[in-house]
Amino acid sequence: MSGADRFNVGIDLGTTNSVLAYLKPESAGDQGQVLAIDQVTQPGLVEARDQLPSFLYQTHEAEVSTGELALPWGSGGPQLVGQGARFLGAKTPLRLVASAKSWLCHGGVDRHSALLPLNAPEEVPKISPVAASATYLAHLQAAWDYRYPQQPLAQQNITLTVPASFDPAARDLTAEAARSLGLDNLTLLEEPQAALYAWVHASGEQWREQLQVGDLVLVVDIGGGTTDLSLVAVTEEAGNLALNRVAVGDHILLGGDNMDLALAYRIKAKLEAEGKTLQSWQIQALTHGCRDAKESLLEHPDEQAVPLVVPSRGSRLMGSTLRTELTREEVEQTLVDGFFPQVPITEHPRQAPRGGLTQMGLPYAQDAGITRHLAAFLCRQSHAADAFLSPGVDFIKPTAILLNGGVLKAPQLADRLLAVINGWLQPAGAPPARLLSGADLDRAVARGAAYYGYVRQGHGVRIRGGLASAFYVGIESAMPAVPGMPPPLQALCVAPFGMEEGSATSPSAQQFGLVVGEPVTFRFFGSTVRRDDTPGTLLDHWDDAELEELPPIQVTLPAEGRAAGEVVPVQLAARVNELGTLRLEAIAVGDQQRWQVELDVRENAL
Amino acid sequence: MDFNPVLPTSLDALHLLLAVVVLILLLFLILRAGRKTTATPVPPAADSAPAPAPKPEPPVLQTSDPVSALQLLGLLQQEARFVDFLQEDLKGFDDAEIGAVARVVHEGAAKLLGQYFTLEPVRSEQEETRITLEPGFDPAANRVTGNVVGEPPFSGTLVHRGWRASRAELPRLASHHDVRILAPAEVEL
Repeated sequence: MSGADRFNVGIDLGTTNSVLAYLKPESAGDQGQVLAIDQVTQPGLVEARDQLPSFLYQTHEAEVSTGELALPWGSGGPQLVGQGARFLGAKTPLRLVASAKSWLCHGGVDRHSALLPLNAPEEVPKISPVAASATYLAHLQAAWDYRYPQQPLAQQNITLTVPASFDPAARDLTAEAARSLGLDNLTLLEEPQAALYAWVHASGEQWREQLQVGDLVLVVDIGGGTTDLSLVAVTEEAGNLALNRVAVGDHILLGGDNMDLALAYRIKAKLEAEGKTLQSWQIQALTHGCRDAKESLLEHPDEQAVPLVVPSRGSRLMGSTLRTELTREEVEQTLVDGFFPQVPITEHPRQAPRGGLTQMGLPYAQDAGITRHLAAFLCRQSHAADAFLSPGVDFIKPTAILLNGGVLKAPQLADRLLAVINGWLQPAGAPPARLLSGADLDRAVARGAAYYGYVRQGHGVRIRGGLASAFYVGIESAMPAVPGMPPPLQALCVAPFGMEEGSATSPSAQQFGLVVGEPVTFRFFGSTVRRDDTPGTLLDHWDDAELEELPPIQVTLPAEGRAAGEVVPVQLAARVNELGTLRLEAIAVGDQQRWQVELDVRENAL
Repeated sequence: MDFNPVLPTSLDALHLLLAVVVLILLLFLILRAGRKTTATPVPPAADSAPAPAPKPEPPVLQTSDPVSALQLLGLLQQEARFVDFLQEDLKGFDDAEIGAVARVVHEGAAKLLGQYFTLEPVRSEQEETRITLEPGFDPAANRVTGNVVGEPPFSGTLVHRGWRASRAELPRLASHHDVRILAPAEVEL
């Protein structure tokens, strides 16, 4: 099967939902299709749905018989994936694996170690974040292969999306999960870019009329669990419009699920003020009810309140049903003002978006104000597009906004977001940003990823990006020890910002002594703002905000052909492979032998 | 005919509920009707085959298979607490309370309908307007009542637009699945 005969498949492996979209070979005229994914929705029932909830449930052998978990392609179980996992897990959370994707980019844990579900009793089988991601992919693969037995998924062009804010190790692990299933024709694509590709595809040739040279597109992607930001500059190359992804935001664990929960807790407080106490199952039902009520209120501006009813758990409905309502004021205060506060551009999150690397549990965003995170991003990236556009002053000023993610389907939230951004632009004398519309916010990422496969075959416009960070290795300076003072640290740039796929750096001038047979660990840093450092640049000092420490990297020189304990001088070189992941190599100074540097160090376990 | 204006407004909730129940019962009928049409293929329309009239088939009665009915009932219970509600004795509860529960039933059942069925009116004309049924109209889809005499075309008032399920797909069932369990007993450990 040659490249052109393959389907272009886009997989959005989301934090809460996964979607698979595809384009038939050599076709881009149509908008592609979304695979209806067969899944157990509750024991004994199988349905095909467009979204596969990214949940995994470890069933107890006495809980359901394996026959009840049968899937069209064979008997399932004891692991259950998708809507059914979510269904059972709602009442038995200790057997439910959720948010595996957020764990995948959590540097504080060994992502290969079987740790999920977190804190579950001993007898519950555990699974690693990588294996959980692979399980979701395997389900998608099985659903595809069942549907297209003649064109197995492993033989198609696959584009798998990752958050723009994923660090190199998390990207690598995502690719590893896919490769473990034999999905080798694989490319990674950043989710906000995929959303932009989907918009370009959906707009057809019209997109060239909606964007001009000098435009700067801000992509705001608010999913169920995460918020992802990117900036794309529109430039001209040989008379054609070109797109350049110039900046990406931090990984912010904040999304639609937080909003539903915030509303449920607000209602809970209201009920408790009335002297009613709620049990945990009622809060859960309330969260569910709030989601629907919220959507209704945000969609219909004339509705003032939506009743919320939590029926009793037992078969008696009458007399034990909890009744309340969700009012417009509550939604506006909690969601619109709580998550999208009208803040000046100078107001940034009260705490760093990422806590210490050693903390256990997911590093959820401390500050729920998405607009504050956005303000911080725009200020930090004020010079991101200097190479293409006029230099930014104070903060970078987008001219167009593309929204993505289910949350922003609510017009009131989208309007508020736009109003806040335009409230920053106007005093700075910049024209208001316009909204790029027409995207399917739930499925755009998968659709855009499928279209990207087609773009890679040489059609349409390609977004240039490369690495969204520069990467540095920490070097402890050789100097006499001073009591109470850690030895000063220098940072050596090993991979520059914007390094493109398929390119490599020449070996560093700096040499490192590696002991044969012993793992050597380096501290590792990334920077999304230092865009001019070239490989070999050695930093003596930097602002805390400039460099972010990533999980350490490690290299082990095998003892073969060398004496154990021997010290080998090596140089470091970086390469970005076709997949889009970063590789660091240690190269022996003498014989040029190369070793892979591990980006995900397994030692750093729980 | 006049409605009594002193009726409490919360009767609306009851109407709502009534509508849901009627809709659901209708759905059972539609499902059964659907099965019937697939079981006995409809002969081609008269205008395409003007020659000999098709031989009348002997009337066949079929027993409807309860599996999909039970499955639908199970889903209705799951999503809308349908069985729970119908098994309740409503005496002694005020309308406001019944109305609150009616919302649960309505919301759940409406969601379920949207998920597994596509419903459309049989006729697109406004209700309470005069319409004409041309000769050869489908008597299964258009029921004439009242002064039913003479030959079509019939002219009359459209009382109800009717409903047609243009799509009905229930979840597939595992072969071991016992559809008679509409809702399992739940035991929290």
